[in-house]
Amino acid sequence: MAEYSALSLLANALKGNKDWKPAWRKPDPKASYDVIIIGGGGHGLATAYYLAKEHGITNVAVLEKGWLGSGNVGRNTTAVRSNYLLPANTRFYEHSMKLWENLSHELNYNVMFSQRGCLNLAHTPAQFDDYARRGNAMRHLGVDAELMAPAEIKRLIPALDISNDARFPVVGGLMQRRAGTARHDAVAWGFARGADRRGVDIIENCEVTGFLRDGDRVTGVTTSRGDIRAKKVAVAVAGSTGRVMQLAGVETMPIESHVLQAFVTESLKPFIDTVVTFGMGHFYMSQSDKGGLVYGGDIDGYNSYAQRGNLPIVDEVMSEMLALFPGLARVRMLRSWGGVCDMSMDGSPIITMGPLPGMYLNCGWCYGGFKATPASGWCFAWTIAKDQPHDFNAPFTLDRFHRGLVIDDKGQGANPRLH
Amino acid sequence: MLITCPYCGPRDVIEFTYQGDGNRERPEPASQNFEAWNAYVYDRLNPAGDHNEIWQHSGGCRAHLRVMRNTLTHEISSVAFVRGDHASPARGRAEDKP
Repeated sequence: MAEYSALSLLANALKGNKDWKPAWRKPDPKASYDVIIIGGGGHGLATAYYLAKEHGITNVAVLEKGWLGSGNVGRNTTAVRSNYLLPANTRFYEHSMKLWENLSHELNYNVMFSQRGCLNLAHTPAQFDDYARRGNAMRHLGVDAELMAPAEIKRLIPALDISNDARFPVVGGLMQRRAGTARHDAVAWGFARGADRRGVDIIENCEVTGFLRDGDRVTGVTTSRGDIRAKKVAVAVAGSTGRVMQLAGVETMPIESHVLQAFVTESLKPFIDTVVTFGMGHFYMSQSDKGGLVYGGDIDGYNSYAQRGNLPIVDEVMSEMLALFPGLARVRMLRSWGGVCDMSMDGSPIITMGPLPGMYLNCGWCYGGFKATPASGWCFAWTIAKDQPHDFNAPFTLDRFHRGLVIDDKGQGANPRLH
Repeated sequence: MLITCPYCGPRDVIEFTYQGDGNRERPEPASQNFEAWNAYVYDRLNPAGDHNEIWQHSGGCRAHLRVMRNTLTHEISSVAFVRGDHASPARGRAEDKP
């Protein structure tokens, strides 16, 4: 019987909910493992889960500096989509989408994946043409996409100002119906429990302070809880990649760390039942099941590891929100927070072997890492287990920048704050 | 976040445009050293701590500034003109004719 089911819920309720097992153990680190994964966020936990499930590698430790899911997996705005232009991105994120579609069932854990659609609004005919091009590129690779006219958009989102008096009138939109949202904490907890039940040690409050080396080869890590050796050391610490790679003696990376802020309002009655993005700036919004509007915009735009941003972006995001939804002017913002993003030089991630022997690297997620969580773990586990990338992540190498093989979906060039 | 412009005094960050990492070494324009060009375009030190960076006071005097800013606390420890003492021309530029 599955650990969580209607029957187990009833049985435990009758027994006063005293017999639930913790979702993951709190083991002490062993002296050595087959694989160490640095970073107990969504990607690290998903990697551990798929290593155990797909490749039978269970002698694995996930080392987390703080508590599980305290980083970006719990700080994002929860959107899941696969509406990219370039084939490498489309294939990878569509693989992720397919894993999402079965994730709650697979993990026996309700991640509340809700395919409520994601609508990109176009405000000029040229932008609408550009969306048509991207929609066609998506459909060419078997991903769903449809163009929408303003009247249809108004039916979908009645609160939207689509009149010609709007500051930026809506001329159309690109909709991916299979896109949506998921509950981000549940994703971390679900993968953690799935990995734990297969024998993976999840070790919290265990900060990596350095790497053990045998010549060039990485043979383990030093941590705040002692030295741990491993045949393979995998780094999945997006947001802190620069800091961790410095410990390994890798001085430069094609990454800048930037802070991205996110916001949530007080709870409202049902207001919007899709994810909507603004085309004349950078703004995206959905409504959580609790009723709060969850939204965000651009990164602050300067290097930062501070997990908090500044007021100019707050002002800008609110302005964009009101340009789309003037009716929200009196709604109160409940909370805002910041997370640190690995902004890569082409806006695409890195999932690869190296850069040192015995090391594996997963980073550069910009601010699109949450939707990638299952495929990132799936591909990274494949790469670690087989010592070669899967076709899905083969383009996402570290050396692609120096080799001229960048994957720049937005065509912004090597300017990380614009991706 | 306030940046103290040497001309204009302390001003809100919204008046400034971030120009990125100030540690990068641009090769000479005629250089055919591709590794040096690659490193200039793509590689970043990205430190957690003091970061040497370039800002422009685009909403003020438009001077380019070299700012030492802590990426963990956003604290700014020094601001200077990119052109050093502001008398000598920028690197790679010809000396001013008298």
